Amino acid sequence: MRFMMLMIPKGYEKAEAGTVPSAEAVKAMMKYNESLQKAGVLLALDGLHPPAAGARVTFAGGKAKVTDGPFAEAKEVLGGYWMIQVKSREEAIEWAKRCPGDDCIVEVRQVQEMSDFPADVQEAAAGFTELQSGQRNKG
Amino acid sequence: MQATDTHGAIDAVWRIESPRLIAGLMRIVRDLGVAEDLAQDALVAALEQWPQSGIPDNPGAWLMATAKHRAIDRFRRSTRLERKLDEVGRELAFKEMAVPDLVSALDDQVGDDLLRLVFVSCHPVLSKEAQVALTLRLLGGLTTGEIARGFLVPERTIAQRIVRAKRTLSEAHIPFEVPRGAELSGRLTSVLEVIYLIFNEGYSATSGDDWLRPALCEDALRLGRILAECAPREPEVHGLVALMEIQASRSRARVGPTGEPILLLEQNRGQWDQLLIHRGLTALERAEKLGAAFGPYVLQAAIAACHARALTAEDTEWTRIVALYDALAQITPSPIVELNRAVALAMAFGPQAGLEVVDSLTSEPSLKAYHLLPSVRGELLSRLGRFDEARVEFENAAALTGNGRERTMLLERARVCTNPPSA
Repeated sequence: MRFMMLMIPKGYEKAEAGTVPSAEAVKAMMKYNESLQKAGVLLALDGLHPPAAGARVTFAGGKAKVTDGPFAEAKEVLGGYWMIQVKSREEAIEWAKRCPGDDCIVEVRQVQEMSDFPADVQEAAAGFTELQSGQRNKG
Repeated sequence: MQATDTHGAIDAVWRIESPRLIAGLMRIVRDLGVAEDLAQDALVAALEQWPQSGIPDNPGAWLMATAKHRAIDRFRRSTRLERKLDEVGRELAFKEMAVPDLVSALDDQVGDDLLRLVFVSCHPVLSKEAQVALTLRLLGGLTTGEIARGFLVPERTIAQRIVRAKRTLSEAHIPFEVPRGAELSGRLTSVLEVIYLIFNEGYSATSGDDWLRPALCEDALRLGRILAECAPREPEVHGLVALMEIQASRSRARVGPTGEPILLLEQNRGQWDQLLIHRGLTALERAEKLGAAFGPYVLQAAIAACHARALTAEDTEWTRIVALYDALAQITPSPIVELNRAVALAMAFGPQAGLEVVDSLTSEPSLKAYHLLPSVRGELLSRLGRFDEARVEFENAAALTGNGRERTMLLERARVCTNPPSA
């Protein structure tokens, strides 16, 4: 089963655009990333620029409205993620516990598989994996 | 935390830590039976203590320290009876390594130790079955129960297999080392075979079965990825990883809603897992960058990659696949490779080109009971409009296959031949 470990660094919601982690922090994180790789569980990972450089598209009454970052109301924002393949939720949590976090939250969430859904939802989602690949092919 | 939660967490710690723990202990005690006993002792201690004390911050170091203390007790007991020099030496080696040092020393050596452990688990002195069970147990961190369910055999059989394997290794005084020079390539082949065998065991189990069987694919991938980090200079290791990643990328698409197998060219490519394809192509690149001549796994991965890169079945680069099969047939000639080459030839240059190769295989004794030979021959004959001959071949294939759904599909194809669409 696949899990996302979502990194939510404290204060990242207020970080200025262009903020990047220090070499020291990156070094510690690389060691952790390598341990995931060496254990054969790492599938993918990415870090995200702070929300100050991003935007939110909100929908109220079906109408799209764009707000540029930073977002005053946001308390927790994503800083990056790891996608891992493990045997159990406990194992995913155990890996999350090893993250060299200082002041952050690592949220562990299982990735949905088509087989998790009942038949009618599977049918409604029939084109979903095509969408996933279509997006990736374009990207 | 509830005791049951702690047990779940201990299982997880065990799965993560046990390969490194056993490998680290093995380096010191040099006997797999003893190393695993010590690791098990440490696990028992964790099961006793952690539900009360909580899981320590560094559970791996805790397990290693505990196993180390047990080892020292053990050596002391045995040296009181019979004070062997080498054991005294080992005790000293233990004492010199204070726990924090031990952990950091292990961190550096852990890759080497894991690699040594892989080579011991897949040692040719053991049967293939024993190699598989031992590798899953020691490197994959699986329980005997999980291995037994994966391979559809009683748990006792797996337990006995592992006990016997450890005894065999001990009696044969198999050294804890990575083979060198001329020996390496043969021994590496044996390791790769074990991992691919585990993968195929999971891959051949389709729907409806116990989920632990398909999970063997993930176990094999995990083992392959671990090995790729321990032995990054070996192109065939990356080749095997690439092959498994790409094959696994198709697992959603290869079985229809009622469990019927769907052939590669008829699969919905939108259902292929692009993340695994990307990983497979990256692993293949890593292999290619090492610059060595392509081995069998790299070649097979390169063939799989041709399919993975093609957005539609029509886009497949068949001439490249033919060339890759030519190369594969050169280094690992086999009737199965020839049959696959024939299919590629037919796709690249028309059914007649493929049929000529297939016809040369019909007297091959090893393919006598292989349903894909008549199945492929039937396909090529029907494309050439020779429907009567094709029908006979599809019927032969149907009689040979062990898979009920495949039989139905083949009989349907035979039926269509009696009344071809537009002959």
